[in-house]
Amino acid sequence: MKDLLQVAGKSYSSRLLVGTGKYRDFAQTRAAVDASGAQIVTVAIRRTNIGQNANEPSLLDALPPSKYTYLPNTAGCYSAADAVRTLRLARELLDGHDLVKLEVLGDPHTLYPNMPETLKAADELVKDGFKVMVYCSDDPIQAQMLEQAGCVAIMPLASLIGSGMGILNPWNLQLVIEKVKLPVIVDAGVGTASDAAIAMELGCDGVLMNTAIAAARDPVLMAKAMKKAVEAGREAFLAGRMPKKLYSATPSSPTEGKIAPKAA
Amino acid sequence: MIQVTVNGAAHRFERPVDVSALLAALELAGKKVAVGEHRARVRAARHDLAVALDGDRLEIVVAVGGG
Repeated sequence: MKDLLQVAGKSYSSRLLVGTGKYRDFAQTRAAVDASGAQIVTVAIRRTNIGQNANEPSLLDALPPSKYTYLPNTAGCYSAADAVRTLRLARELLDGHDLVKLEVLGDPHTLYPNMPETLKAADELVKDGFKVMVYCSDDPIQAQMLEQAGCVAIMPLASLIGSGMGILNPWNLQLVIEKVKLPVIVDAGVGTASDAAIAMELGCDGVLMNTAIAAARDPVLMAKAMKKAVEAGREAFLAGRMPKKLYSATPSSPTEGKIAPKAA
Repeated sequence: MIQVTVNGAAHRFERPVDVSALLAALELAGKKVAVGEHRARVRAARHDLAVALDGDRLEIVVAVGGG
C-alpha cells in the first residue's frame, strides 16, 4: 500500500513541500524544486512591476501550475483583513484555485504568528470556500481551534521562519500531532536534512521549507538531501523506533559460544 | 481627466477606463495578473466590463517566489 500525504481530499506521494523564494533565478528555483521531488510549492502574491521589464520571465512560466500544486501564501500580512484580501486576489490570479497557505504575522522581528488574527482569517476563508493550510504556533489548543474552524492542515513552526534553528520543541509538536486529526506539517525552522528527518520521525505528516534549501551553498544538492531526509524520517516513524534504554547496554552479537578466555 | 491609483502610483486618464484598457495602457495586456479595487477584487472574466473611476485604488498582483 502506498503511503501518501492526504490534504483536502487529494493525495501526494511527496511529503516535502517547498517554497520558491530566495533563489538566484527561476532556473535555479525550478532545478531545486525538481530535485526536492515536491509536488506542492508555495508562492507569494505581490504587486506587479509596472513599466519595468515588460518581458521579464514569470514564476508561472518557470513552474507551470499544471505540473505543481500551487500554495499561494499571505507572507507579509499582519492582519486577518490583509491576509483574506491577498488570498482572494490569489484565487483570481490562479483561476479559482482554492488551496492556500494562511499566515498572519505578529511582528517583523520574529515573524511569529499572530494567533487571534490567524483564527479570525481562517474562519473567514473557510466560510468563503478556501482550503486553508495554516502556519501557526506549536500550541496544541490553538491547533485544535484551527481544526474546528475547518482548516485542512495544521502547520506549526519548529523554530522562527528562516532561522534554520531546527526542531526546538519536539514535545509540543508531538502534542499537536496527538491532539489534531488533520495532517500536521512542520512549517519554518528546518535548517538541514537531520531537522527534516527528526520532524518526520516525530510523526509529522510533512515538512515545508524554503530557506534551508535556497540558502544552502548548493541548493539543488540540499534539495536532494531534504527529499531523502523526509523519506527516511517517514520510514523510521512507520517502522517504529526501538525503545531507548539508558545505562543498560545490550549486545548485538550472541553471548553463547564464545571461545574460552585465555588461561591466566 | 480622472486619476486612478495603481499599486500606489497615480495614473491619469482622459475618461473612465475599463480594466482591460487600463492593463493595456500599463503594458500588462495578456499578462497573468489579478486586479483588486480597494473594496473588492475585479473578476478576471470581467476586465472588459469593470470600469476604473476617478479616485479608484487598484492593486495589480502576480505570483512571485515565496515561502
